[in-house]
Amino acid sequence: MIDPRTSAKGNLNEKRIDLMLIASLVERGTRVLDIGCGNGELMELLVAERDVDARGLELSQQGVNACVSRGLAVVQGNADTDLSYYPDQGFDTVILSQTLQATRRPKEVLQEMSRIGSKFIVSIPNFGHWRIRLALALRGRMPETQALSATWYETANIHLCSMLDLTDLCDELSLSVKTCLTVTNGKVHHSTGRPSAWQNLMAELVVFELTR
Amino acid sequence: MVGHENSADGERLVLENAQLTLDNGSVLDTLTLAYRTYGTLNDDKSNAILICHALTGDHHPSGANPLTGRAGWWDNMVGPGKPIDTNRYFVVCQNVIGGCAGSTGPSSQSADGTPYGLDFPVITIGDMVRAQNVLLDRLKIPDLFCVIGGSMGGMQVLQWAAAHGERVFSAIPIATAARHSSQNIAFHEVGRQAILADPDWRGGNYAAENTAPRKGLAVARMAAHITYLSEAALQRKFGRTLQDRDRLSYGFEADFQIESYLRHQGISFVDRFDANSYLYITRAMDYFDLADDFGGTLADAFANTSARFCVVSFTSDWLFPTSESISLVRALNAAGANVSFVEIESDKGHDAFLLDEPEMEQTIIGFLNAAAVARGLPLPEVSGAHDD
Repeated sequence: MIDPRTSAKGNLNEKRIDLMLIASLVERGTRVLDIGCGNGELMELLVAERDVDARGLELSQQGVNACVSRGLAVVQGNADTDLSYYPDQGFDTVILSQTLQATRRPKEVLQEMSRIGSKFIVSIPNFGHWRIRLALALRGRMPETQALSATWYETANIHLCSMLDLTDLCDELSLSVKTCLTVTNGKVHHSTGRPSAWQNLMAELVVFELTR
Repeated sequence: MVGHENSADGERLVLENAQLTLDNGSVLDTLTLAYRTYGTLNDDKSNAILICHALTGDHHPSGANPLTGRAGWWDNMVGPGKPIDTNRYFVVCQNVIGGCAGSTGPSSQSADGTPYGLDFPVITIGDMVRAQNVLLDRLKIPDLFCVIGGSMGGMQVLQWAAAHGERVFSAIPIATAARHSSQNIAFHEVGRQAILADPDWRGGNYAAENTAPRKGLAVARMAAHITYLSEAALQRKFGRTLQDRDRLSYGFEADFQIESYLRHQGISFVDRFDANSYLYITRAMDYFDLADDFGGTLADAFANTSARFCVVSFTSDWLFPTSESISLVRALNAAGANVSFVEIESDKGHDAFLLDEPEMEQTIIGFLNAAAVARGLPLPEVSGAHDD
């Protein structure tokens, strides 16, 4: 369905952990919007495990068609331009699952997200991870990792950032980090509040639960 | 008085005292509704699907049309084991009022025993849907599991959701729009003028004078048919290929295959369609503007519906382009409706919705199955034939 090389989404195993972590932060029976829902894997998980009323927005036609033929309520659209058509506070939880780094205007997307929902879950591949730092420092090459598997010219990830960068932007938008889940070598670490420099060095993947 | 007739081409519901009040203020006393059903209504009466046909369609989406022997206009979509599975759903399709396949229209007899002609009231999409509500009442179907249709059928789907939302569990508007655009009105006007300019139209009284505006209606169809296709599809199918000749004739015969094809489309259409019906139904489409009925805000049209929607458009459809579907989806989102939207890649233009489009079929199967689960309807038996 979705070409893994050009998709914003990472490798399947990485993604599964990512999705499970996101699902653990979603409350039962709530209204959820998944921005950049891909082929609907997360939405399907949330409907099955969390009994939510899930809606999705997805850019790729193949992704949308896959979702709808799986019976999910998904609309084709662009996170950068189409969020303004969603009503204020229309959703309990808004999710950006490895989507933010693929948007053209991440700041505006976060602003719209904060208008549409009351609780927010944002996951990103952490560009502050030591392996990425090392690859760039020693090899002088754009890093290609499990979570960031596409070449620089093919990647959909045009706005990569470290988890500390994202925290700074959240500060600016008056969004605070309530929960921070990080993944290192397949192991999950749980913390609350602002992440530390050490976390930024060790985390390959991060899931933030944000509130206004 | 109510009568049911089994006609050679489906069933007829004849209401002698229908008192159907139309948008233009007039009242239709006698109402004949031609329709066809497929499958069985379940005990809960919860599995009914209404199929709304397009401008020149009829009440025979599936199986052979008993009069012409030709396959139904949506035979690939509707039938046992097909995406709209008549083994699981009770499918109803009614010829729209204003039409010419059996329902009351301008060619029907008026009170004085002569055809209505231009005395027939101008009807709207809203009126067509009112008549469908009458049929459902008579068939004792409380509400619809799904209402589905393409083009003008899609307009009826939207009208159903907006005006009779309590009777709609799910809605699939395909290749359609919440209003007829200026360009679409323009093309319809060309078609109507071709009919009106034909001397055999006789002010609409051609039937009484034993003639018909065949040339005018054929030209109307030729012009309209171009809008149902795409440049890419025309080029692929016909290119500049010559028809039954090796060189240009230096005259005005059908030198090119595309000319011959269009002429054939026009001539064969005249045999199955009434010119006055063409005037009335195109007018109904032109008048359609759902937002206008709700104070100018389209989202307000869907404020009171809990229906789930699946909006479908096609990339090469320039008559009802994807941008119209996007406006519709934005309004549905603003109304907080449960909406899915798929744009199908196809070079077949507007007519794609009538053709074999596997991606459209997969979309509709998936959407209907999810809606069936939500409605408590059984899913099909799992067979080994499940694809990919």
